[in-house]
Amino acid sequence: MSAPIEPAVRIQREDFDLAHESAALCAGRTDIGALVTFTGLCRDEAGTLAALELEHYPGMADAEIRRIARQAVERWPLSGLRVIHRYGKVRPGDNIVAVLAASRHRQAAFDAAAFMMDFLKTRAPFWKKEHRSDGSEGGWVEARDIDDEATQRWREPSAADR
Amino acid sequence: MKLVYFAWVRERIGHAEEEVDLPDDVVTVAGLLSWLAGRGEEYETALKHASAIRVAINQEHVAHDARIEGAREIALFPPMTGG
Repeated sequence: MSAPIEPAVRIQREDFDLAHESAALCAGRTDIGALVTFTGLCRDEAGTLAALELEHYPGMADAEIRRIARQAVERWPLSGLRVIHRYGKVRPGDNIVAVLAASRHRQAAFDAAAFMMDFLKTRAPFWKKEHRSDGSEGGWVEARDIDDEATQRWREPSAADR
Repeated sequence: MKLVYFAWVRERIGHAEEEVDLPDDVVTVAGLLSWLAGRGEEYETALKHASAIRVAINQEHVAHDARIEGAREIALFPPMTGG
């Protein structure tokens, strides 16, 4: 296995275009056999959400996602890894986060993308506040135990990881 | 030392950051949290459930038993909800 690649991480207010990011990640490469992309969207299950305000810790948000991404590229043989996380106000249907993981084979790309998201959700310093359609403040979204539990599955590397 | 607050910790304390001079006997994160909670009602409310508060020193996550000497910036915030 060659040396781990350098992950690309961006924290931005602006939207992103997944097709553009995918093309940029694979440009000029003929050794990539699998590209897994994950997009996290702002969802409104009850029809009462006007927007989410995404607060972040500038500096640390970038640094922490890079720390997670470096673990991913050391653990799986990736040809490319790109993570984009937005901050500021997003509306239902808008993009929030993208993870793109490229590898020669699919399992490494699937696993690396899932690993990135599981740790990003519990360790990247972002917080969501709800704004309701009726103009009221919906309060801060609470962290879910299930997200903490999801990180546990990455503790012991399994045979499928290599 | 610079303290920074985020999300509902920031809202309950009432400001986003401040400079503090810590007493010599405050040497760990847990000590800092209990010292801060004694600074007024808004701090007490914000830090009431101290075990729920997450802490970063110089922009890296730390546990509550971490020592704070040499810290330039300590951040207090709720469990994260990004992604």
